[in-house]
Amino acid sequence: MTISRDDKMSEYTTEATGTELERRRVGDPFPDPGFPESPARLTDTDPKAERRAERQVAGMFGLAAVLVIAFLVFYVIFPIAADEGGVDVGAVRDSNLALGLTLGGSLLLIGIGAIHWARKLMTSHQVIHERHELRSSGETRAATLADFELGAEESGFGRRKLIRNSMIGALLLLPLPAVILLRDLGPAPGGVKKRTIWDTGVRVLKDRSFEPIRPSDLQVGSLVIAMPESYLDLPDHGPVRQNERGKSSVFLIRMPPGEFRVDEGRENWHVDGILCYSKICTHVGCPITLYERDTHHMLCPCHQSTFNLAEGGEVIFGPAKRPLPQLPLAVDDEGYLIAQSDFVDPVGPSFWEMNT
Amino acid sequence: MSAVVNGAGKLVSWVDDRVTTNNWLKRNIRKAFPDHWSFLLGEIALYSFIVILLSGVFLTLWFKPSMAHVMYDGAYAPLRDVGMSEAFASTLELSFEVRGGLLMRQIHHWGAIIFIAAMSVHMLRIFFTGAFRKPREITWVVGVLMLVLGITNGFTGYSLPDDLVSGTGMRIIEGGMLAIPVVGTYLSSFIFGGEFPGDDAIARLYVLHILLVPALLLALVTIHLILVWYQKHTNWGGAGTSNETTVGYPLFPVYTAKAGGFFFVVFGVIVLLAATIQILPIWLFGPYDASVVSAGTQPDWYVGFLDGALRIMPNWEFYIAGYPISLNVLVPAVLLPGIILTPLLLYPWLEQWVTGDKRDHHVLDRPRNQPVRTGIGVAFITFYLLLWIGGGNDFVATIFDVPVMWITRFMQVAIFVLPPLTYWATKRICLGLQRRDRDKVLHGSESGVIVVSPDGEFSEVHAPLAEVTAYRLTAHERQAPFELGPETDEYGIPAPRRRGDKLRSRLSKVYFADVVQKPTRDELEMAHHDGHGAAEPHGEIEAGRH
Repeated sequence: MTISRDDKMSEYTTEATGTELERRRVGDPFPDPGFPESPARLTDTDPKAERRAERQVAGMFGLAAVLVIAFLVFYVIFPIAADEGGVDVGAVRDSNLALGLTLGGSLLLIGIGAIHWARKLMTSHQVIHERHELRSSGETRAATLADFELGAEESGFGRRKLIRNSMIGALLLLPLPAVILLRDLGPAPGGVKKRTIWDTGVRVLKDRSFEPIRPSDLQVGSLVIAMPESYLDLPDHGPVRQNERGKSSVFLIRMPPGEFRVDEGRENWHVDGILCYSKICTHVGCPITLYERDTHHMLCPCHQSTFNLAEGGEVIFGPAKRPLPQLPLAVDDEGYLIAQSDFVDPVGPSFWEMNT
Repeated sequence: MSAVVNGAGKLVSWVDDRVTTNNWLKRNIRKAFPDHWSFLLGEIALYSFIVILLSGVFLTLWFKPSMAHVMYDGAYAPLRDVGMSEAFASTLELSFEVRGGLLMRQIHHWGAIIFIAAMSVHMLRIFFTGAFRKPREITWVVGVLMLVLGITNGFTGYSLPDDLVSGTGMRIIEGGMLAIPVVGTYLSSFIFGGEFPGDDAIARLYVLHILLVPALLLALVTIHLILVWYQKHTNWGGAGTSNETTVGYPLFPVYTAKAGGFFFVVFGVIVLLAATIQILPIWLFGPYDASVVSAGTQPDWYVGFLDGALRIMPNWEFYIAGYPISLNVLVPAVLLPGIILTPLLLYPWLEQWVTGDKRDHHVLDRPRNQPVRTGIGVAFITFYLLLWIGGGNDFVATIFDVPVMWITRFMQVAIFVLPPLTYWATKRICLGLQRRDRDKVLHGSESGVIVVSPDGEFSEVHAPLAEVTAYRLTAHERQAPFELGPETDEYGIPAPRRRGDKLRSRLSKVYFADVVQKPTRDELEMAHHDGHGAAEPHGEIEAGRH
């Protein structure tokens, strides 16, 4: 006797169902006692309790209405107008509190009132509804399938391969214009990420006051945040200044000679123990700020990458990999600190083209 | 009949005359809605979403999504004559020159925090009770997508005021983009319209934040609700409920009042939070400056786990022909979300495949009756929480007065060691609870009354369980691992898909091999017969056998 593949499959299915039935047949210890009657509420049996609940609900709705009116009043009587000296932050806070408490209070009371009404006074009981099977009946499914097949046959979708394939091809290409249209969102990056506005002879200026710095201005252990003098030439408006703050920002520290390592090729990068490092973390670009004077460790507050400034800015802890880029320093004719050149290493987070 | 009721009746008839709505109303007006707190979590999410939409529309009336540089001369004196973007200046205007503006900003932000928290807890509820099983897989997938979109929109909104904290958040995202091999630099340049931060980002994020993502969310919310409505709610197993019925209070009036009221409660609580607890005082941080950061600032809670992953990832970066592969950024910022999301989206099908159970399920599981699924859930929570705590490692360090490095090192090990441990512990606890349920069913509950027999033997009287309780403890199905049939059938034809079935049988054993089965009727009768039954004195020494 031969047996077709289909029959085999169905036999496996029956087997699985057999186990399934076996599993359920073992016998449950208790029959379903049926949905329990919910006990009567106090408000169902005691007319006094019912009236009390009614008063409570109405009281909450009433108080909500009062609070809405109070909101309108507070809106008017808590002005936050500014005078010469600016707005009084305390007044803003008071207004915020008064408006918020009245609005929030009224919303809360409406909500609790409605729920209280439902719980105490509405007389509905829990209802049990039948579920209907979600799949359509076998007939409907068969008829739908037959209709679909008829439609597919009539369209010739399966038969007319040339039409079908050319249509699929055209549709597949159609998203391309949508993608290409996004091209002008921004310029090709080019090498901008590799350059900053530091350059040979650019003076190092104290940030904010933008004064040039003499080596004698820095005590041992002090930290000065600085920007290049070329920053001042950038247009006041537009994004360029902000972009450079995220890239060209540096800090100077002064360490006693002999307390820091001088790497090969960087022997003349410091001026009497004054070193200049990029302020932008090489992990994901947060500005670094937390300087520990005794150990010369610099910590990034975002993800705690820690750089040892006495060891060439190497990472001693945290998720950053590359050392902080160092800016080679010199002194100009007038005795002010200048950069010898732009950064040699790329500033900020690693990016694909950084070594090309 | 009051005038209001009459009027409503007329309106219903008017609409029905035109679009046959009573067909639908008749079937749905008394639709059953289950009465259990765990069903409120999704409602909190829905209602806070509505609150966010309402307060957000208000904010758009003043907010200017522009990075144009202006000198501030508004009401907040400490920042006068400070250069800033129009976005930041208009946020200050909203806070200090518009009555109720600060309140609306805080409502919007608190709403977002609660929206995502409610979605997250709701998702855990669905997971632990098995509500994602057939036929609700689509609802689950839609829900996970909404969570992702919610977090996305939370982040874009966080960035809009262009204050110091939000700008730093954007900078970190840019750092993440740059780490993507080959296209990273282009991606960043296109999104920011050139170099970071440029002057395009906020206008672009704005349209995502107020149009694209909310529209997608709204569409998904609609699908989610239609599915919940059409397939009807799940039910907790117990007396009177079954896979073929649904139990609860009728939509009209009880559920209308309760759910409608609950909307106002959620709204009210969010407004009260906004009134009393200040959130992100951007005027104290000041406008964004790419060279400044304030220590100890934290992202919103739902981004914390990603920030934690960035913090605890070791600094692995290597070069291929000079091109950097920055695993220190790629793994936490790009790969981790995918590693979390993929199994989350696929879980309903993974479990279905392992258990071979393709039936419809409308009765919820008690978590203890699915020890492995519950264990997996707890392991995931552990993993997530560890990353989240890692995201606040500087705070943890301050609180416990230990070096921040210890915490980072601890987390690096803990995210691999603790989830399996909590999985194991949870599974054991579930099995223990199952065993206790079984004991209760067989012997009744402990009454605390000790009796002494004439022989001097001490034993505790066990009280019989109430019918309803006894049924509830045994309402779930018996579970057995998938059985691997014979290699070949009687005709010597090898079974199809053998390799997959072997794996499935192994995994299925993991799921079900050691679950404690509820007692059978025979076992129950035996227990009663032996004198261990309910209301019978029950020997302490003998009890040890069970």
